[in-house]
Amino acid sequence: MTQVPITDVLSAHPFFRGLTPHAIDILAGCATEVEFPAGAVIFKEGDAADACFLLTGGNVALEIVVPGRGPHVVETLHAGEVLGWSWLFPPYRWTFDAETLIATRAIRFDGAELRKAKTADKELGYELMIRFAQVLVDRLQATRLQLLDMYGNAG
Amino acid sequence: MATLAEPAVPNLDPMAPVPFTVQGVREELEDTFTLELDPPGGRFDFAPGQFTMLYAFGVGEVPISISGDPSRPDRLVHTIRAVGAVTRALRNLRPGDRVGVRGPFGTPWPIEDAAGRDVVFVAGGIGLAPLRPAICRALERRDHYGQVVVLYGARSPHELLFAEELQDWGGRFDVTVLVTVDSADRTWFGSVGVVTKLVPRAPHDPANTTAFVCGPEIMMRFTGQELHTRGVDPDHIFVSMERNMKCGVGFCGHCQFATELVCRDGPVFRFSDISRLLNVREV
Repeated sequence: MTQVPITDVLSAHPFFRGLTPHAIDILAGCATEVEFPAGAVIFKEGDAADACFLLTGGNVALEIVVPGRGPHVVETLHAGEVLGWSWLFPPYRWTFDAETLIATRAIRFDGAELRKAKTADKELGYELMIRFAQVLVDRLQATRLQLLDMYGNAG
Repeated sequence: MATLAEPAVPNLDPMAPVPFTVQGVREELEDTFTLELDPPGGRFDFAPGQFTMLYAFGVGEVPISISGDPSRPDRLVHTIRAVGAVTRALRNLRPGDRVGVRGPFGTPWPIEDAAGRDVVFVAGGIGLAPLRPAICRALERRDHYGQVVVLYGARSPHELLFAEELQDWGGRFDVTVLVTVDSADRTWFGSVGVVTKLVPRAPHDPANTTAFVCGPEIMMRFTGQELHTRGVDPDHIFVSMERNMKCGVGFCGHCQFATELVCRDGPVFRFSDISRLLNVREV
């Protein structure tokens, strides 16, 4: 685990850039540092979405099992990226499997605590929603490009 | 702009194909092959990013970017996707067969102008082939550049062009290679996602970066936007355009791209000069 205080890690991360020290303190209260070995299942599709993760090292594959075809990787996430938004919206269930490809470190935020914090502090809630909305927009845009099958044989 | 050496056998008429001898045809992917030609006179000088018109005798002519190493002018190399009658005929050639060649034509990647800067190459699919000569040149003159980064996106792990060479480049301590695919099963331990997602992970100083982008037009559009968003000046982003080229020398107008002719004014364009056109459907 890092010796750097978690508030410093959060303050320095681009995802939380611009948040007040008070907001960082609240978020730090919901956060713990975690480590996973390679091949660890972080969560499974359908399970309760009780957390989100800020990856600080390693790689994570988001997978969906296609009947007859086995697990299919739809995206990989890397250090600096956010894993998991299902904690934000009912019914709070994961929609993919997440498995580490190599040893991975992350800051884990407790989903229930985060939901309580954003409800109690509307300004923090707004700031969080803006940031997660940007993640959603980026992933949606990337998914649209993937759907285009850009490299397929146009001829 | 780079200057070209005088060819050993000057072709005075740009419309007249010169017969070259096939040295070899190598399978790269299921639908993609590399054609190696022996130039008459023993050398064929070109600048990275240029293309030739290849004539499969009795079938027709197609524009193909040169994929060979510019430091090896003794061999003219193209990597081609077999998608039509002419490219399929080229694929069926065997050593000793003859091919008509016109060129080289077009504007080069301004790789020499990027000296002293970080260089980021972003390729999608077969777009790695036209970028390969520029990558070879950058590696040949490695001390001219800061960071050298190759970002490559392909459809699947089975459709990675020049996979061995990517591995070789990535094995160097002075080059960063990041590869991603659009789709994969669990036998792939690399990245999955669109190539634009590699840009934030590429080690480079955006304010001192020149980027060279080649791939499907929509990929270049979004990659250019992503690089710009991350701080790379659009004047220092270059893309290679593709249109239906016929004459190769700006006579026929088949490759018109708004006010530009891709064969004469391109194929390599500055992103800042053409980005507004990439959103115009009629162009």
